[in-house]
Amino acid sequence: MLILTCPCCGVTAEETEFHPGGEAHLTRYGPGSSDDEFHGYLFEKVNPKGVHFERWRHANGCGKWFHAARCTVTLEVFGTYSAQTTEPPQHIKDKISAKRPGWSWREFA
Amino acid sequence: MKRYSAFAVAREALRNHMGWERAWASPEPKKKYDVIIIGAGGHGLATAYYLGRNFGITNVAVLEKGWLGGGNTGRNTTIIRSNYLQDPSAAIYEKSRSLYETLSQDLNYNIMYSPRGVMMLAQTQHEVRGYERTAHANALQGVATEFISPSRVKELVPIINIDGPRYPVLGALWQARAGTARHDAVAWGYARACSAMGMDIIQKCEVTGITREAGRVTGVTTNRGDIACDKLGIVVAGHSGHLADMAGFRLPIESVALQALVSEPIKPCMDVVVMANTVHGYMSQSDKGEMVIGGGADGYNNYTQRGSFHHIEETVRALVETFPMIARLKMLRQWGGIVDMTGDRSPILSRTPLENCFINCGWGTGGFKAIPGSGWGFAELMAKGHSPLCDAFSLNRFREGRFIDESVAAGVAH
Ligand SMILES: Cc1cc2nc3c(=O)[nH]c(=O)nc-3n(C[C@H](O)[C@H](O)[C@H](O)COP(=O)(O)OP(=O)(O)OC[C@H]3O[C@@H](n4cnc5c(N)ncnc54)[C@H](O)[C@@H]3O)c2cc1C
Ligand SMILES: [Zn+2]
Repeated sequence: MLILTCPCCGVTAEETEFHPGGEAHLTRYGPGSSDDEFHGYLFEKVNPKGVHFERWRHANGCGKWFHAARCTVTLEVFGTYSAQTTEPPQHIKDKISAKRPGWSWREFA
Repeated sequence: MKRYSAFAVAREALRNHMGWERAWASPEPKKKYDVIIIGAGGHGLATAYYLGRNFGITNVAVLEKGWLGGGNTGRNTTIIRSNYLQDPSAAIYEKSRSLYETLSQDLNYNIMYSPRGVMMLAQTQHEVRGYERTAHANALQGVATEFISPSRVKELVPIINIDGPRYPVLGALWQARAGTARHDAVAWGYARACSAMGMDIIQKCEVTGITREAGRVTGVTTNRGDIACDKLGIVVAGHSGHLADMAGFRLPIESVALQALVSEPIKPCMDVVVMANTVHGYMSQSDKGEMVIGGGADGYNNYTQRGSFHHIEETVRALVETFPMIARLKMLRQWGGIVDMTGDRSPILSRTPLENCFINCGWGTGGFKAIPGSGWGFAELMAKGHSPLCDAFSLNRFREGRFIDESVAAGVAH
């Protein structure tokens, strides 16, 4: 059972209070983009075995969306952060690097 | 390979069972094979088997990181049915179901196929309409199903509560020739037949890299050395994204945990499979007498082969309402598998961006029933470059918007 802290309202609760929303930091493509870009955005999942950045909604709480960094192999939650960003904040990246030596942020598209 | 028969059992009984052979060999990997299949689950083994049987390709290795059948094939709840909505699905699932009927004879291995009938309950008006539509579609596809009344449901399943309170049973989609089989035996039977054809099944052999040259695969790196191949088939279910990453492409797949549980064994009380998709739960009784129970998949990416407690709670809550007598049962075991989910809930049997590399995945929560049909089609795809059973399930369908939407037929798992 995951324990998450909602960065919007500060509440810490177990996963039944939240709703998972899939991969975060997608670059959105719309009209005028190429077929490849649109296909990548819609369908090509990172689905990593390891560090995953994902969207969650505080469904049974404040109702807001936020992001979490989590390991899909150990289910460890490295931290949660605001959804109003295109990259995880430095303190989350540092925490992951400390626990997963060699890990580095890459652009997701 | 010595054949299994009633005569063999009698013969061995007279000599203290000293004459049974190993069912399959444990060879060291060779330097090169014509075909390497990654993943010795049901789909990988069936692919190898039909490559040999239908196309005479036997210089084949099946590489497995753990033990054969130890992935989802050995973790599923064994429901076999073919009452899907879309034509390409009906074709491959019905091919599969019909191969299951004679698989014990074909493999000379008792896979215990039990065509006991599968019932999918309609508990909302929406489901009634959905299943009536499926029954009509199945009639056109030549798949024998019917929409039955609540009283017929009660007749077939006396322990069911059809009156609600939340969701009364309004009818059901019934496929009399659907059923269950013994999951391990399916993997073991194919493995034994592959080994007898001279194929190498190499267990505890984890693929850690895929070597490429000019848009082609040349071989794989493993914890037991490098192995070259002319063609590569990736058949690793929940690990498909991970292997695709090694091969340099991405898939429209997310890996999540799906759980199941079984009760203590009790006397026979239900001789069909019942699925209740609105409330998210399904149940059958194993030959040992255990009630086999499953429900919906977890919502977030997960590679741990265990799931969240609240999903089990939801499933059991729903089934206690539908089958009040199970409230007094003790549950014995619970486990999880990592299933590979696509957006349209249909599998991928396809060529890949690499010329001689093929992928079979995306069976998600419902691929046990498809093992023989998928192996049949995928072997043809690998041998000839295309297959009528597989063509609609190519990776291109996402780019081209040709989804095979089965999210209604497979509302819950399987
Ligand atoms: C709880 C549960 C219930 C289910 N119930 C049903 C049901 O009732 N009916 C139904 O039809 N389906 C059901 N399914 C789905 C079904 O189990 C799967 O779709 C099917 O078994 C997939 O078979 P497979 O051969 O593709 O995968 P698997 O059996 O998972 O085999 C893949 C193999 O690849 C190996 N592998 C992975 N990575 C590597 C690597 N790097 N190197 C070498 N080997 C590797 C794995 O160890 C594994 O053995 C259920 C699944 C679960 C988890
Ligand atoms: Zn909140």
